[in-house]
Amino acid sequence: MDTLTFLLSGTLLAATPLLIAALGELVVEKAGVLNLSIEGMMALGAAVGFIVVSNTESYWLAIFIGGLVASALSVVFAAVVLLTLGNQVATGIAVGILGLGLSALIGQPYESMTVAPMARLPIPLLSELPIVGRGLFDHVAVVYLAPLLAVAVWFMLMKTKLGLIVRAVGESPESAHAIGYNVNAIRFAAILFGGFMAGVAGAFISVASTTLWANGLIAGRGWIVVALVVFATWRSGRIVIGAYLFGAATIGELLVQSFGLAIPSQLLTSVPFIATIIAIVLLSMDGRSIRLNAPVSLGRVYHVTQ
Amino acid sequence: MRNQELDIRPSPQNAGAEAPLLELVGVTKAFPAVLANDNVSLKIAPGEIHAILGENGAGKSTLVKTIYGVLAPDAGEIRWRGEAVEIRNPAHARALGIGMVFQHFSLFETLTVAENISLATPKTAAKLVPSITEIGERFGLPVDPHALVHSLSVGERQRVEIIRCLLQDPRLIIMDEPTSVLPPSGIPALFETIRRLADQGRAVLFISHKLEEIRALCHKATIMRGGKVVTEAVDPTQETNESLARLMIGRDIPHPRRAAATPADAAAMEVRDLTYVPADPFGTTLSDVSLALRPGEIVGIAGVSGNGQKELAAILSGETLLPPRQQDRIVINGRSCGAADSGKRRDLGFAFVPEERHGRGAVPEMNLKKNVILTAHSFGLANRGFIKRPAARAFAKQCIDQMDVHCSGWDAEARSLSGGNLQKFIVGREIRLGPKILLAAQPTWGVDVGAAAAIRQHLVDLRDNGVAILIISDELEELLEIADRLHVIFRGHLSPSIDRVDADSALIGDFMTGGFLPGQPNGEAVPS
Amino acid sequence: MMRLPWVIETKTERSTSAPLIAPFAAVAITVCAGVIILSILGVSPGKALFFLYFAPFSSGFNISEVFLKMGPLLLIAQGLAIGFRAKVWNIGAEGQLLLGAIGGSLLPIFFNDSQNPLMLPAMALVGGCFGMGWAAIAAWLRARYNANEILVTLMLNSIALQLLFYLVSGPLRDPLGFNFPQSALFPDVGMLPILFSGFRVNISIFFAIGVSLLAWLFVERSMTGYKLEVGGTAPDAARYAGFSEARAIWLSLLIGGTAAGLAGVFEVAGPLGQLQRVVSPGYGFAAIIVAFLGGLRAIGILFAAFFMAVIFVGGDIAQTSAGVPFSVNIVLQGILLVTYLAARVFVDYRVRFGTRRRIPAGAG
Repeated sequence: MDTLTFLLSGTLLAATPLLIAALGELVVEKAGVLNLSIEGMMALGAAVGFIVVSNTESYWLAIFIGGLVASALSVVFAAVVLLTLGNQVATGIAVGILGLGLSALIGQPYESMTVAPMARLPIPLLSELPIVGRGLFDHVAVVYLAPLLAVAVWFMLMKTKLGLIVRAVGESPESAHAIGYNVNAIRFAAILFGGFMAGVAGAFISVASTTLWANGLIAGRGWIVVALVVFATWRSGRIVIGAYLFGAATIGELLVQSFGLAIPSQLLTSVPFIATIIAIVLLSMDGRSIRLNAPVSLGRVYHVTQ
Repeated sequence: MRNQELDIRPSPQNAGAEAPLLELVGVTKAFPAVLANDNVSLKIAPGEIHAILGENGAGKSTLVKTIYGVLAPDAGEIRWRGEAVEIRNPAHARALGIGMVFQHFSLFETLTVAENISLATPKTAAKLVPSITEIGERFGLPVDPHALVHSLSVGERQRVEIIRCLLQDPRLIIMDEPTSVLPPSGIPALFETIRRLADQGRAVLFISHKLEEIRALCHKATIMRGGKVVTEAVDPTQETNESLARLMIGRDIPHPRRAAATPADAAAMEVRDLTYVPADPFGTTLSDVSLALRPGEIVGIAGVSGNGQKELAAILSGETLLPPRQQDRIVINGRSCGAADSGKRRDLGFAFVPEERHGRGAVPEMNLKKNVILTAHSFGLANRGFIKRPAARAFAKQCIDQMDVHCSGWDAEARSLSGGNLQKFIVGREIRLGPKILLAAQPTWGVDVGAAAAIRQHLVDLRDNGVAILIISDELEELLEIADRLHVIFRGHLSPSIDRVDADSALIGDFMTGGFLPGQPNGEAVPS
Repeated sequence: MMRLPWVIETKTERSTSAPLIAPFAAVAITVCAGVIILSILGVSPGKALFFLYFAPFSSGFNISEVFLKMGPLLLIAQGLAIGFRAKVWNIGAEGQLLLGAIGGSLLPIFFNDSQNPLMLPAMALVGGCFGMGWAAIAAWLRARYNANEILVTLMLNSIALQLLFYLVSGPLRDPLGFNFPQSALFPDVGMLPILFSGFRVNISIFFAIGVSLLAWLFVERSMTGYKLEVGGTAPDAARYAGFSEARAIWLSLLIGGTAAGLAGVFEVAGPLGQLQRVVSPGYGFAAIIVAFLGGLRAIGILFAAFFMAVIFVGGDIAQTSAGVPFSVNIVLQGILLVTYLAARVFVDYRVRFGTRRRIPAGAG
């Protein structure tokens, strides 16, 4: 495998789970809820997915069940922030810790085990292209599906009535309630969707990317996902761009090794985190763009008297 | 075709004799601190324009929210076309044929007009565009369906609300204080729209505390006071302002005692050619604002809300800071302080009563003792970095006594006070700082008549003691009552000063729509 | 559609006893959850209850361990709570702790045969400054560029961990340590005095309790504490009053960072005695839970830190006695905070069951 193929396919593989989870979080935040438990939900999805593959060898089932279980965890988050009006930041952290703990607990018997990689689906003709063919078009199906998912989420949010309702609820839950929408029901659904996507992303990492389970597998990717949504100023198109950029940053290690440079591995491991900070700073300097795109009620407790 | 669809007139209009469209029997709604509606009953017939009249806090808004299904009544019955119904939510109310135009609009600023309207109907935004234009033309409500709501003036936003309501073809339309967001010149057009609706057989429930308007427009009026109905179905055309006022507040409306102003010559506060582009893309840009405020006078700033009042107040108070190079745009007692924060301005003798009481003028979750520390900490309530609690307690007690604040004591949380009482407390706190300049934004907004009169009297007394006072208010009546001269703000421009004696509503109404700007004679109150 | 079987109403008055409901409910549920989880893992309920919640008090050694772990939790949580009250979300205590541990290790590593009695205070000074400096990055980025401090402090956690890994496997590695990724052992002057010989608990617990008293004074009595609280509860009121937001951000993060940094010094100068790859069993995150469980109030945090320390020690005992994974600890921490936040509804609001309030006929 030549270097370019190696880097391209590494980037896509690293970017795919970021993109999937970020699209889920985008919908949640568009509905006005800040869910900081992505890291925990991804970890749970990864552990569950790995366990399912180890026992059934069915990858699609693993990804689906991983999503489902993470979604079940997000019910806890939704219940606390919507029904008992818990602080969203604190609740997100709490549920995140719970998810990390649960993933470590159920994954314990599988620690350091591996599974066979998910079958790749090379795209005919395209994967035969010179130079980039193998790197871009010889992947597991999920890698191709992720950008399509981004288009679907964009279409749902911006072009359908449902998306309009979600955005309205995120801008002003009071007004949405006043004209007759059930704000909590819509937010509940959004949170479940976000949880499912985070679980799918986590399962993808364990069954298709690393094909290995180890405690701490997610290693901060969930937080990068949250940052990605901010970085993209809540726009699906920019989430796609951001995900692939971050994907490239995470394989910096491979890049440097391929050039034979002697840089401490710890510094390379830190690159995505440093890149995230820089990205957040650059984005945050443009307050106007944030004000125009950020869901107005994001993170705020919504309480209505009936 | 649409004309027929909308024309629901059942028979020649003869409102009173028919069975009521809506009937309330003994509706009661309690909130933790207050019984907002107490055994309220009323009837509305098709084609009737029915006023609900009451002062702030009388329970009008609670009642209409109950009818619209936003709130659930604790007791009582709602009958719609003769049948008892439980209105579960606003969607259900709309399905029954009840529409509502909110006072604080329930519009979404980041969405377009058509998207906003589509949220209340089953149709998509694209399909609604022709109907929006058509209804707009037929009822005199012009609006661009593709415009983003944040770019619209308040008057236009109200049109969007009304169109949204009409598209659902309602039999009953509730309008909550609809004239409060209009310049005087916009009110006749609104009344014309309402009359057309009534002519078609629709009933209109018109909520207001403005007596003139009710007498000019409504067929019947139900008068509320303290959550109860005091008089059901009077004919307002047979009443005078005074008689309606007595019914509304139970006594004559008090007016402050005031003598002519004797201002000093030197300005206490000056604003010089201030131009400010807000960081908030939805805000209003202030252009070339100049203003001088002298000790011993009350200057009012009138205008339709949303024309830069919030931005101006925040800049004058120091909550929004100008860049250092514009330091000398604002001068307080001879000191340039455009970039000085509100604490520094307070030390120069500037005090501010903001528009929002809960969460800005006071911290709702803190008790009154802690709330005085907010602005009075450098007036002897802190020592070496530690709070002097007995002093704060005494300060709070004095505010409560002096302003006759109804509360359980200095340890009452600010959120447990009614809007009027909290406002009296805040005004009392700022007065006790002994300011040389006082800025008050919407000082009596949402405050009951008694408290409003007390606050206005305090402001006049303060003026007589040589304080320079600036009042920003949407309520023209209030400014005409206590201001010595007026400016009008329109799209971030400030009009020339109008002396009290020259201030008639025709001139001010003209200024409110930009009449003072060159090249804009009789300009329209609609930003492009 | 989804009208709930209960109604949540805004409270207009605050009672003094209600705030206690939430932590007690959370602790009770967590105790039950711990027993259930261990039962699922094959430990009998009686034994589970014993290991997790009684064994920590069963011997002098175990009690000493509880207070040993309570120290850093208490110290960090007091620092974090001040920021949380101002709604400055410093989630980076773990990283600040690591920087404190690194900073605190420099002097004893480079002056390894020192006899200077000022070694320990100097270590605390350097470590505290390191923790503060790490938090200052987030403060600067937030105050200057409005960069979200939650994300920045989290990223700094990951970076701090990599920095530690780099240092212990390179520049700060013990040259005589057979390439193990750890530093030389500290000299005696660089170690915290032990309280009882044979037990590991040291004087840092008294330091943490002293800091708690200062925190109480700061939060409840000082003008600066008041300003921070106004900024957290009503930002518009703070702006109206002229309380600087940037100042609140800086103060919150610097206080939290310093406290966490000191906790890091106390770990390396206490139970560890050297700089290692693993400095903290997640104190930085657990302290977030402690801060909330204590109601963000100094006195409450004292009790919350004690309970959290019991969970830590109980989990250790269950691990060694019954082979239960350490992750049970993390799960219990998560449950503790989730249930606490849910139970807060009874503190912050008035909850009535049944959707309609029945007004007796003729009332009002």
